[in-house]
Amino acid sequence: MSETPAQGVITPKDYKTDVHPVWCPGCGDFGVLTCIYRMLATKQISPENLVVVAGIGCSGRLSGYVKSYGFHTVHGRVLPVATGVKSANPELEVLAVGGDGDAYSIGVGHIPHAARRNIDICYIVMDNEVYGLTKGQGSATAPEGMAAGTTPYGQQDEPLNPIAMAIAYDIGFVARGFSAKPKELTDLIIQGVEHKGFALVEVLSPCTTFHDTYKPLSQRVRFIGPEHDPTDRMKAFQLALEKDAIPLGVIYKHERSPFHERTLRIQTDALAKRGRATVDQVLEQFQ
Amino acid sequence: MRTDVTFRVGGEGGEGVISCGEILTLACARMGLEIYTFRSYPAEIKGGPAMFQVRTSKEILLSQGSELDVLVCFNQEAYDRHAKDLRKDGKGVLIYDASSAKPEDGFNAILYGIPVSEMAKLELRNYLTKNIIFLGILSKLFGVDFSSLETIIREKFGKKGEAILNLNFQALKAGYQAVEKAFPKKDEFVIEAQKNENRLVLSGNQALALGAIQAGMRFYAGYPITPATDIMELLARELPRFNGTVVQAEDEIAAIGMVLGASFAGVKAMTASSGPGIDLMTEFLGLASMAEVPCVIVDCQRAGPSTGMPTKTEQSDLRHVLAAGHGDAPRIVMALTSVEDAFYGMMRAFNYAVRCQMPVIVLTDQYLAQRTATVRKPDVCKVSVEEVLRPTDVELEHYKRFKMTESGVSALTKPGTKGGGFSATGIEHDEDCELSYEPDNHRRMTEKRWKKLNLLLQGPDLFRRHGPLDADIGIIGWGSSEGVIREAVQAANAKGYRVAAFHPKLLHPMPHELGDFVRSVKVVIVPELNFTGQFAKEIRARYLIDVIQLNKVAGLPFTPHEILHKIEEVQETCLKHPHKV
Repeated sequence: MSETPAQGVITPKDYKTDVHPVWCPGCGDFGVLTCIYRMLATKQISPENLVVVAGIGCSGRLSGYVKSYGFHTVHGRVLPVATGVKSANPELEVLAVGGDGDAYSIGVGHIPHAARRNIDICYIVMDNEVYGLTKGQGSATAPEGMAAGTTPYGQQDEPLNPIAMAIAYDIGFVARGFSAKPKELTDLIIQGVEHKGFALVEVLSPCTTFHDTYKPLSQRVRFIGPEHDPTDRMKAFQLALEKDAIPLGVIYKHERSPFHERTLRIQTDALAKRGRATVDQVLEQFQ
Repeated sequence: MRTDVTFRVGGEGGEGVISCGEILTLACARMGLEIYTFRSYPAEIKGGPAMFQVRTSKEILLSQGSELDVLVCFNQEAYDRHAKDLRKDGKGVLIYDASSAKPEDGFNAILYGIPVSEMAKLELRNYLTKNIIFLGILSKLFGVDFSSLETIIREKFGKKGEAILNLNFQALKAGYQAVEKAFPKKDEFVIEAQKNENRLVLSGNQALALGAIQAGMRFYAGYPITPATDIMELLARELPRFNGTVVQAEDEIAAIGMVLGASFAGVKAMTASSGPGIDLMTEFLGLASMAEVPCVIVDCQRAGPSTGMPTKTEQSDLRHVLAAGHGDAPRIVMALTSVEDAFYGMMRAFNYAVRCQMPVIVLTDQYLAQRTATVRKPDVCKVSVEEVLRPTDVELEHYKRFKMTESGVSALTKPGTKGGGFSATGIEHDEDCELSYEPDNHRRMTEKRWKKLNLLLQGPDLFRRHGPLDADIGIIGWGSSEGVIREAVQAANAKGYRVAAFHPKLLHPMPHELGDFVRSVKVVIVPELNFTGQFAKEIRARYLIDVIQLNKVAGLPFTPHEILHKIEEVQETCLKHPHKV
């Protein structure tokens, strides 16, 4: 299925599979998919060395649309599976993708731990504020008061602030993009992939069928200027807590050693202290 | 003189009861004797009743024994709790702390009442030396090698500094001398050294973890839970030396998710947990089955339901692991039967997982997981290690991940292989891994996934059989009860009962030989440590016969006597008077 063209140069369309996406016309996820194709071509990542781990929901289908290895998991568990893949073979490029239901509701408990482990994967969250595949119920990022199938009198819970949460958890790379701004989004995804460690790219990716937010979002988004220092955590929080405008770009950065390097260090230490062993030799300790 | 001796040490958690038992065990093992231990302790770190039982003999041991020969009581509560288990013929030995315990008048046993607490407080000025004083007493009374005890104490306490070490040596000596001065030997039990090479002292959990490494497991993810944690602790120490990875996950859902990810990436992977953690893994179990991802999940059963009794044993997760999850999701279920079997069983578990590309659940329990026994050093070459079927270069030209084959097994690639890309998914898919809701496809793919179990239907590795071939009574047990049942069968055969035992190691699918056994006997007894008869129900449903249940729900293992009593009762009621059946 997946093949690298003999000529050597891979173009965005080389990553397309024959499967036509199930998404509705105008869905933000088309934009995200295109940006992922462009990132892959820019980085010349060969399909056989790429693993796309996806969650459940509209966005979760994305793993089937990228020519690569893919793992379409269960709802909310993208990060554990991606962690397993990357730990088992750190040579692989592992991309985790899912929606806001996956990332910020059912699976939100995995986020701080992926941050603590600093697992070297880029997690792209397509946030449309609703559960699209079950027809538009409000998600954890839905605005207060939003009426939907399960909240006919308006959403009673307050929305979560994923960016503030990500900075609080000290995720090494935190960025926000917008599916309607593909050039900038591609650049953010490239930076997320290049970041050594856990990267979260939160993408505003509207659902045109149940919660079309293109217009209001287009009026509120603003690009973060070069004056922002993403290594300044307090400044990053200020951006995350902005009320009216929605800042786009790299919000927070904190580089440190990723999980597989720490694992390697443990292996090296264990070998230095106690030497390589066979099971037969370990058994002899129990005499 | 008797050399098959069952000791029990009872006292308060935190008083050194368990370490007293552990040191005694190791000393006996280093004297070349066979040992078989059983422990029970509170779930709390300090306080609550703790107990350690060690049986030692010159011959191979199959169980922890039925009655105690020697009971060591650290306090009155230990006496009140355990005295009833001491042998009733008056030959049993009771050793107790005369400063804190007093047996009832006329208690029928040989008594050695020594004021151990007082000695600890007054002579040694440290109450915590009590357990070591008891070891000195045991050394003098039964001949447990004094210098072995000293060596083990040095290994155990050496790190704590010379002062602590010397205090313990003094305590050991004090116990020894107390007996020497005032307590002439009145009982008939002795520990005699013998030559016995190539033997190890291993717990079920240790054997299991090492078997997994030998099978090629190089990725472990888990979350601490009693009584499975020792597996992770051993692997965290040893696996890095094999270039393996151990991840302490945030919960058991993450643990099994990581295992699936690692297996997908081409590394043999496992997790281990106990009931509550296994419950959490259920959704991923279905994905492993659907996406055909090989993996091994160890369930160290403890008494349930819910939090239950975390440090007590039970065999009550069987129904759960046989059926856990929605939909028709095939899985393989095995049960480990002994410490030795834990090593080889794990090697087979990984073989089954890669052969069938399916989740394998390995059942063990607190009784087996945490007990130590002397075992022949496992032969690492005895079970050959299998690898997953990979596609050939020609197959990679038109690779179909879920290609229909006669066995149901399709070649599996791993990331990094050119031309082998596919998207593993829990959505129903066709041969080419594409989503399909077609009625006929769902039937064909379900059949394909189930058909793989046919690769495991029969073979000598799948069961153990004990007793004569022409038995009337058949005992079908599972898991850690094997030795106890075998000992009971031997005793029953010696008494002239025609009884045999069949012990499947593979519980799903059930081996063909089990059906032959069921048909060869007149009556079947199924002993299980659960309330509802979980395996008995499976046997009834599978073979359309009734069985006699023997259920124990006490958080404790069976004793050989309990099984023997049931055999006698069945012989009396069912076979002599068949109309009563």
